Amino acid sequence: MGWFGGVVTGIALHTGLRRRTVAVLFLALAVSGGLGVALYATYWIVLPTPAGARRSRLPRPVEYALLAVVVLAATALLASRIAGGGLFVPTLLACLGGATIWRQAAGPDRERWLQASRTTFGAPPADRTGQLRLVAGAALVVAGGVIVLQRANVDTLRDGLWATGVTVVGLALLGGPWWIRLTSQLGAERAERIRSQERADIAAHLHDSVLQTLALIQRNADSSREVTRLARGQERELRGLLYGTRAAGGQLSAELRTAAAEVEDAYAVKVEVVVVGDLALDDALAAACAAAREAMVNAARHSGATDVALYAEVEADAVSVFVRDRGVGFEPDAVADDRQGVRGSIIGRVERSGGTVSIRSSPGSGTEVAIRMRR
Amino acid sequence: MTTVYLVDDHAMFRAGVRAELGGRVDVVGEAGSPADAVAGILARAPQVVLLDVHMPDGGGLAVLRQVGGRLPATRFLVLSVSDAAEDVIALIRAGARGYVTKTISADELADAVERVAGGDVVFSPRLAGFVLDAFRNATAAPPSAASAPTADAEYDQLTPREREVLRLLARGYAYKEIAAELFISVKTVETHASNVLRKLRLSSRHQLTRWAADRRIT
Repeated sequence: MGWFGGVVTGIALHTGLRRRTVAVLFLALAVSGGLGVALYATYWIVLPTPAGARRSRLPRPVEYALLAVVVLAATALLASRIAGGGLFVPTLLACLGGATIWRQAAGPDRERWLQASRTTFGAPPADRTGQLRLVAGAALVVAGGVIVLQRANVDTLRDGLWATGVTVVGLALLGGPWWIRLTSQLGAERAERIRSQERADIAAHLHDSVLQTLALIQRNADSSREVTRLARGQERELRGLLYGTRAAGGQLSAELRTAAAEVEDAYAVKVEVVVVGDLALDDALAAACAAAREAMVNAARHSGATDVALYAEVEADAVSVFVRDRGVGFEPDAVADDRQGVRGSIIGRVERSGGTVSIRSSPGSGTEVAIRMRR
Repeated sequence: MTTVYLVDDHAMFRAGVRAELGGRVDVVGEAGSPADAVAGILARAPQVVLLDVHMPDGGGLAVLRQVGGRLPATRFLVLSVSDAAEDVIALIRAGARGYVTKTISADELADAVERVAGGDVVFSPRLAGFVLDAFRNATAAPPSAASAPTADAEYDQLTPREREVLRLLARGYAYKEIAAELFISVKTVETHASNVLRKLRLSSRHQLTRWAADRRIT
């Protein structure tokens, strides 16, 4: 539905003005001195086409040639009308040259230049070169102004200022869309780079861990225990990556999760860990964690259950840790004194640190080891 | 037989759940996107919807919101791999009746579906842990001038009994075991669990409010 080049529609869409208003503006500018025609032609070539829109355009080189012709014509037009046009044309050409160089520069270069010009004005006190540049630049500008004021008489100065102002506005109209497109392109390039960097990181992670695990699972497909163990370990690692459940080291929750992970790996069981609150580890808590680990190992080795529940809560005056399984259970009183596991590694260890242990178990209904350590 | 609707963007997972639950519940439909799910749920009016958290186009939250109060008899059970407390809490606050992780066994899942269909709530140990964490520092949220203080305070704290029930849930106890442990009836345990869920939904405790605000559900 492009009426001619789609420029009017594009501008109307972008600015929110009605298409008719934009068209009338262009017509008015075209009638009064031909600027409208030049502007329309420039916009046609320079404005970005919306992604997905069919681009029915001339080949690129032809477009650029057209642009050059249009710009030169507009320049000639302006130069012949304005006093001091002789100076105007070289300035414009220099600007165009600069713009061309800018256009040719690859993304990173442009970014660096932008950075440089930004640091000139926003230079922190520590940046000596930046400040020096700022001072020198300001001095030159002031000196130039003083010379002009001294040499010129007021009338010619006013004409000159008018000419300069008109030129600047014209240049802004001509170059504005171009400049805007350049900056938006710069932003898009940077976003794309960040995206591809992230993609590469994730790909590397997937390759290092997930693919390796899948390969191992295929090789161990006949051992369901091994497959479960591998899958569970991989799941834990991915969860750490996705949800950041891996707490800081030296904390109660981190210590318990690590212990649970080790038991899962070693005995191919599943340990569901729930920790409420957290605390920095001290010797007593480390003993409680070691005892909890031993309880998990016992559950994994002797209970016959494939699932173990670990629950820990930091209360106001104490820390409680529960290890529970729904396995075969045992008769706590019947455990021989020389069985190191329960007596030494769990009860003894905790009691030496000032805590208490209670074990509830009966054949057929599972076991729960409750460890309580005062804070 | 309980009618169930499956919502998950992984077709393989839907097929797996369908196979596992086959014969125990009546799977009346499934959908892979929130938009399909809303249309399907409204058309079938199932007793229970098994809902995934993370899906394109708004996820489970979008489904819950769009179905909203239009099907008062339909209960939602969240079935997810997510470990993030805010995901879980957001869906509960939006009206889900329970949360279980996808590693749950087929028997447990069927049991959870039946319980939700019967009006109960389902707390996995992990959800119980989240709730205890959220209500941990029992001091209520700073009182806001506009709200009625008594009603808020009631929603902002758990009773000691509710706390005990949650602790046992977090330790992996079933409702029946909790009832035996606390010398109360299973029905009472269910009531406590329902009350906790209601508080979770209505509480203005600041952690919950912040999670909710992040997800724009308040």
